[in-house]
Amino acid sequence: MSTSPHYLPAGLPRPTAENDGLSKPYWDALRGEQLLVQRCGECQTWQWGPEWICHQCLSFNMTWQAVEAQGRIYSWERSHHPVHPALKGRGAYIAILVELPHAGQVRMLGNLLGDASQEVIIGAEVTGEYEHHGGEVPYTLLQWRYAS
Amino acid sequence: MGVRSLRGEVAVVGIGETTYYKHSQSPDPEFVLALKAIIAAAEDAGIDPKSIDGFASYSNDRNEPSRIAAALGIPDLKFSNMQWGGGGGGGAGAVANAAAAIYAGLADCIVVYRALAQGQFARFGQGNVGSSVSGEVAFNAPYGVMSPAQKYGMRNQRFIHEHGVDRSALRAVSMASYHHAQSNPRAVMLGRPLTEEKYDESRWICEPYRLFDCCLENDGAAALILMSSDRAADMRHKPAYLLGAAIGSEYRNGAPCHNGPHYGTSSFTTVAPRLWQMSGLGPDDVDVVQSYENFSGAVVMSVVEHGFCAADEVNDFFQLENLIAPTGKMPLNTSGGNLAECYMHGLELQVEAVRQIRGDSTSQVPNTNVSLVMSGPMVTPTSNCVFGTADTL
Repeated sequence: MSTSPHYLPAGLPRPTAENDGLSKPYWDALRGEQLLVQRCGECQTWQWGPEWICHQCLSFNMTWQAVEAQGRIYSWERSHHPVHPALKGRGAYIAILVELPHAGQVRMLGNLLGDASQEVIIGAEVTGEYEHHGGEVPYTLLQWRYAS
Repeated sequence: MGVRSLRGEVAVVGIGETTYYKHSQSPDPEFVLALKAIIAAAEDAGIDPKSIDGFASYSNDRNEPSRIAAALGIPDLKFSNMQWGGGGGGGAGAVANAAAAIYAGLADCIVVYRALAQGQFARFGQGNVGSSVSGEVAFNAPYGVMSPAQKYGMRNQRFIHEHGVDRSALRAVSMASYHHAQSNPRAVMLGRPLTEEKYDESRWICEPYRLFDCCLENDGAAALILMSSDRAADMRHKPAYLLGAAIGSEYRNGAPCHNGPHYGTSSFTTVAPRLWQMSGLGPDDVDVVQSYENFSGAVVMSVVEHGFCAADEVNDFFQLENLIAPTGKMPLNTSGGNLAECYMHGLELQVEAVRQIRGDSTSQVPNTNVSLVMSGPMVTPTSNCVFGTADTL
């Protein structure tokens, strides 16, 4: 799998599944450009971030369901102050919270691709883009861009 | 058995603080700061430090009660408590835990304390993450979201959007803290007043927050000594009676990756009503407010959720003249708060709330009978508490 252009500089922490493997299916699926969200096998309630148990009916039968990487901006922020050595000199960048209406309104955090000074519109539709990272332990992030 | 309540059962009888330093500037190690604040609180109460028999803290304070008890030669340790989770949201929670322990008969003289020497350890304003991250951090840090300003700014931004909050409301909170700091010789920002221009021109940290919207990073320590109300009446100072306290957060506030259903809140929507219920009071009864400013915008949310104004009224309510002692309709952060006195994770707010009850504040609100503290907003669990004079019992 080749790498793709990256929104942020190299050197940021790479995501990995927990020791107990709770979110492993999610991170593995991103490598194959698939977005998985938890859904209860008993009551069909959507759930995010991942957890071992359904918050609604308390079943441990949590499944992973593939959904379209599309949503609406729910909140946003534009960071200016570097919070990591790798971000020194990067300048401003945007993080957004994307609500997935077709997956129980769960929210995912990612960067808003494009001009870092662009206006961010809560409620606007965005489409997901998979950002592949190489290296010893490759990983994929899910980024977002305004839907055209 | 009647209604279970702490109202009027316990009082703060002693307060102690070290000098507040800019981060990394403390000449003393963190443990020494803790000891000094605790000893100062005992002296303030007029008691021997060795009569302390319990300890309560929060925010993963590093200064363990058993070490302190051994260091002070305390004859008997009866209570050793950490408010679990929520960082600075736990200050009032630690007071509540101490009060409950005294009321229940577990201990008689409990010190609530917090000591920080940030230079000795990592800084809060930085990311402090490793080269690979898992759990909730994995959903944030790779996207450049690591600091508290970033994690909580997202939540504050939602509230700002939902209610059309103008930047002037955030600015008024910041300016109120800086205004009160100018009268407080202990304040780190003494001599450095904040004007509208200086605020407006300050650099962005993470939109919605500018530099002056964000709390300081400091070294220092603070402590409060609690006793049952019948003993408190014999102590050196006018007691600050605890009229109510509450701890917690709403439904699934802790859902990971920003998935709390009630997202655009400061976590007080269910916690504030419990405080009013225990104390039998409401916002109209309150004379002075200390509201934890991790970020100015979160104070706006805290104040709304405690019922002082409606969410769609914040732009009118948050004007500087409404927030400053002695004449403001809601004097706010009267020693300078986390933004301008020091960032002692809000314990300095508890100390100031007690000073207002005693009549000893550097920005005293006249005829203060009811003094409110809201601890760290937007975290889980958060907490609040309210103190009163003897007249309120």
